[in-house]
Amino acid sequence: MLILISKRLGLMALTMVVVSMLVFLLLEVNIQGVATKVLGPYSTLDQREIWLKANGYFDPLYQRYVRWLGHFAVGDLGQSVRFKAPVAAILGPRLRNTAILGLGVFVVLIPVSLTLGILAGMREGSKLDRVISVSSIITTSVPEFASSVFLAAIFVFGLHWLPGTSTMTEGFTLRELILPILVLVLYDFGYVARMTRASMAEVMTTHYVRTAVLKGLPYRQVILKHALRNALIAPFTVIMLQVSWLLSGVIVVESFFAYRGFGALLLEASLNQDIFVIEACAMTAVFVAVSTQTLADIGYTYLNPRIRFR
Amino acid sequence: MAHATTLTMPAPTSEAALARALRSFALLRESWVGMTGAGIILFWVAVALLAHWIAPFGPNATLVPWQKPLAAFAGNSVVPPGRFWLGTDHLGRDILSRIIWGSRTVLTYAPLATLCAYTVGSIMGLAAGYLRGWVDDVLSRIADIILSFPVLVLYVIIIATFGASPLNIIFAITFASGPGIMRIVRGLTLDLRSREYVAAAETRGDSPWRIMLVEILPNARGPVIVDACLRLGYVTITIGVLGFLGLGLPPPNPDWGGMINEARSMALAFPHMTLFPCIAISSLILGFNLLADGLREISLRD
Repeated sequence: MLILISKRLGLMALTMVVVSMLVFLLLEVNIQGVATKVLGPYSTLDQREIWLKANGYFDPLYQRYVRWLGHFAVGDLGQSVRFKAPVAAILGPRLRNTAILGLGVFVVLIPVSLTLGILAGMREGSKLDRVISVSSIITTSVPEFASSVFLAAIFVFGLHWLPGTSTMTEGFTLRELILPILVLVLYDFGYVARMTRASMAEVMTTHYVRTAVLKGLPYRQVILKHALRNALIAPFTVIMLQVSWLLSGVIVVESFFAYRGFGALLLEASLNQDIFVIEACAMTAVFVAVSTQTLADIGYTYLNPRIRFR
Repeated sequence: MAHATTLTMPAPTSEAALARALRSFALLRESWVGMTGAGIILFWVAVALLAHWIAPFGPNATLVPWQKPLAAFAGNSVVPPGRFWLGTDHLGRDILSRIIWGSRTVLTYAPLATLCAYTVGSIMGLAAGYLRGWVDDVLSRIADIILSFPVLVLYVIIIATFGASPLNIIFAITFASGPGIMRIVRGLTLDLRSREYVAAAETRGDSPWRIMLVEILPNARGPVIVDACLRLGYVTITIGVLGFLGLGLPPPNPDWGGMINEARSMALAFPHMTLFPCIAISSLILGFNLLADGLREISLRD
């Protein structure tokens, strides 16, 4: 187990290094482009030369990369061109807001999708199973921006129940979080429910479940004590991997509802060519995604006794 | 010489291919989910092909701004005889016409981008699965790294770096979804490479690429077609999302995601400007997903 964890952590570090190279190459190879983005399109060539020289941009590429990575490692993420502030100071609160939103999504998503998936998988092919699978196809077919529009049309303009923006200008309120959470859950629960259903349906066909039914155990007990234990291993991984998907989803939802989170920051930075913010956001997003993948792998091994006791 | 005729294989003719296509269509008819999906897709394809004849106005014609849907029936005298069924936008462009013309945009770029991604992904997957060894290691590692990015984050970075243009959008989609396709094709190739017909081709002395493209790829088509259908849906979402975020195809030509983005700030007073493009794009994606589900159901049955 310890060997596995250190192996996975090593792989994660390697992935992060390669990703950092990719981000660096993508955004910083063209130094004239960097200078134009920082100093603005109306800067003169001389001004850009002076800035580039002062910041060491004429050094060889590998030297610049190592220096860039060193700054990243100690948390010096540079200055935002658009917000005129250190990137780290902007990123912190934004990440906290997105973490709150993400937590809300998982609090709703996990019970809803697991319950529906288990109910559908318990009796494969039943009427409830058909209803759940067709409705999950429909909800995953409506992209987040479209369901934002639909839900806003119903709850904001039609019924006047909920606010249409989630700026949180008057302090944190749960009311403003309802619609963003609803949109994200609506798009994703179908996928998680289908995965749970597949896992549950597979377990229900195994011999040990059949034996439990045949020896006369109450059906309730068969499901809760025997089937669920194995059926919930695969959905655990699926749910962990939804963190990576959520980082995509928040870009759309946060920009639609004007929620001041990480996704809105990345979008605003990329629309305004705020290069150091884009770099910091990209690295943070990949870091979060890769660490949840690693956690999912380690957790899966731990939960699955067939691997754990080998 | 009666034996010789029985030994010769019937040459694959276009007639045989047509019969095969008809047979698979007959199979699809057994799944109402798949049929519904195919129906929705065919509807939009027909709309895109006939845009020139069925659209009441040109895509960028500026007429009367701020008209609500069916304004002509409300006794509003400003509206000309040609009625704005779905209203007009802030520049006076007919929304129905823009949705009809916009179907061309999405039905051009979504299949094109999916095809590009499949070409790259299949070649990588075939090479990794058939050649194994260091090729497999290198390609799989590259795929892992690209897949570790949250998808939309990757799109936003690529488009922000290279700018929004049709070519860059296709490139970004190929770059981001190629690795996923590669994993699927690689898995199928690993399974198929131990078949007898591959061994026969190897004994014959066929070149590796000929074996991959002629022997393995056609036999992997079943799961690949289902995945391609699902992926068409994802790519449609992606094009819509990029348009919605203001990173999509440049204006003024209509694109559903871009229409929603332009009208977003006016959604409070004029919800019709955002509502109808949303319905259009959701229905098309639903079509792809239903068709994929129907195809999967059929492929599992036999």
